[in-house]
Amino acid sequence: MTTAAKRLPRESRPADVRGAGAGFDVEKVRRDFPILRRRIRGRALVYLDNAATSQKPQVVIDAIRQYYERDNANIHRGVHFLSEHATEEYEAARRTVQGFLNAADASEIIFVRGATEAINLVAQTYGRTNVHAGDEVLITAMEHHSNIVPWQILCEEKGARLRVAPISDSGELLLQEFEKLLGPRTKIVAVTHVSNALGTINAVHLMIEMAHRRNIPVLVDGAQAVPHLKVDVQVLDCDFYVFSGHKVYGPTGIGVLYGKSALLDAMPPYQGGGDMISSVTFEKTIYNKLPYKFEAGTPHVAGAIGLGAAIEYVNGLGMDNIAAHEHELLAYATDTVSAIPGIRLIGTAREKAGVLSFLLDSIHPHDIGTILDQEGIAIRTGHHCAQPVMQRFGISATARASFALYNTREEVDALAEGMQKVREVFA
Amino acid sequence: MPDLRELYQEVILEHSKAPRNYRELATANHRAEGYNPLCGDHFTVYLDLEGDSIRDISFQGSGCAISQASASLMTQSVKGKTRAEAARLFDQFHKLVTGQSPANGNWAELGKLAVFSGVSEFPVRVKCATLAWHALHAAMQGKQETVSTE
Repeated sequence: MTTAAKRLPRESRPADVRGAGAGFDVEKVRRDFPILRRRIRGRALVYLDNAATSQKPQVVIDAIRQYYERDNANIHRGVHFLSEHATEEYEAARRTVQGFLNAADASEIIFVRGATEAINLVAQTYGRTNVHAGDEVLITAMEHHSNIVPWQILCEEKGARLRVAPISDSGELLLQEFEKLLGPRTKIVAVTHVSNALGTINAVHLMIEMAHRRNIPVLVDGAQAVPHLKVDVQVLDCDFYVFSGHKVYGPTGIGVLYGKSALLDAMPPYQGGGDMISSVTFEKTIYNKLPYKFEAGTPHVAGAIGLGAAIEYVNGLGMDNIAAHEHELLAYATDTVSAIPGIRLIGTAREKAGVLSFLLDSIHPHDIGTILDQEGIAIRTGHHCAQPVMQRFGISATARASFALYNTREEVDALAEGMQKVREVFA
Repeated sequence: MPDLRELYQEVILEHSKAPRNYRELATANHRAEGYNPLCGDHFTVYLDLEGDSIRDISFQGSGCAISQASASLMTQSVKGKTRAEAARLFDQFHKLVTGQSPANGNWAELGKLAVFSGVSEFPVRVKCATLAWHALHAAMQGKQETVSTE
């Protein structure tokens, strides 16, 4: 058992973590999240904006506080006790992430600021080395801006072309169209695992197979996937996998780039500075080995340790239990919200996780959001940093409820009641 | 605690459902766009300026109830006014929705626009209430670029 799991207070451990179906006590889980005790505008907080960021369990808050209170020192440098200890904690967090993604080696786990930085890193290193004039980068029509713009910047610089695989009216990727777009000029594929605006789970294993048959590497944006699904990068055989810590109950400012070591080794560094070198003279610098080659400067040590604690927490509950709970909750929410007159769901793929995007009559999502907020219900309204998805559906915005492991049926009922109130105001 | 009924007053709801002067203006000699990409609110304001006065004004576009009603009521309020009068009205309106004190000790000159007083309790909605006004301001100055209040 790791340090982080040991810190988990006994009463906050799940009753039974033997596996899927072993039982998941959501009320018990909720007590692990101090913010859920807050009252907003005189009402119990109903937090349904988890796709934007998740709340943090006490063990994560404690891990960060303990680091700054007891363990703070710079890493990989000092010979003194605290530096050694901080280094060990930081590297332990890396091994926790390695286990979480089932990466073959801990050196394939690069700590970055978040999924956005991870994608930019790959675009600016792998991309700039391998994508040339006339080449193509293939993405999908359901990407978050963070998996569009870095590739646009690259294509602009190189005179390459950004291709976009289309989606259906239900928000599913058209796999045959995707495959048709894989050609001799395609140099990299970048695809989201789960859509933040629609909730669609993409069949990334099939897409990776299709791309690999043509020797094209694939980056998977897992920002919306890792809180909800078990991810095994070796089973997927993806070349890069990225996610943000704060969406999986960890702190902001820390995220992960996984890359196959052969690819990472061949890539030039992203940023220059301390820690990413093994020797420097004014004539020549020898870069450090993986993963440090990509971690210039003092990293977010507390963030990495906090992320490690978050993953230990999720592991303790069991991803299968979390997925089962959330799946049941999303099905209940879909049924409940669908029963409201005037509802139009945006994103009705067969395989979905965590997200319910909707429109209500002709009421603008911002008005829905403001009225729900008065009831203490936090949802997201707008384009969700996925404007091309909105354009695909001919709309400018949606209201989005997104779920986490601590959400309940009662909160879904509160959402439905809140929406009745919205209808009353606009009746 | 802010009151929803203060924000979504009947007049506002009514104007959002049936906006006035909602059309393209054939005689327009000035126009400007207001666009808040985060919200998706997007309006075009058309102006028929004769010398210094607003002979006619209209708008088109889509947005939330607050932005739509604000655009509608704005067109009614500034029609027939001079540019300077419209600018003063905007200034006063801005003071109202941002919770400041009125310029002349009271809100009388705002007329029906006073229904937007509730907006000041909802700071994130100020940008909705002022979008059309910023577009009007740009149109009066003959500016081409799209304005935003985000």
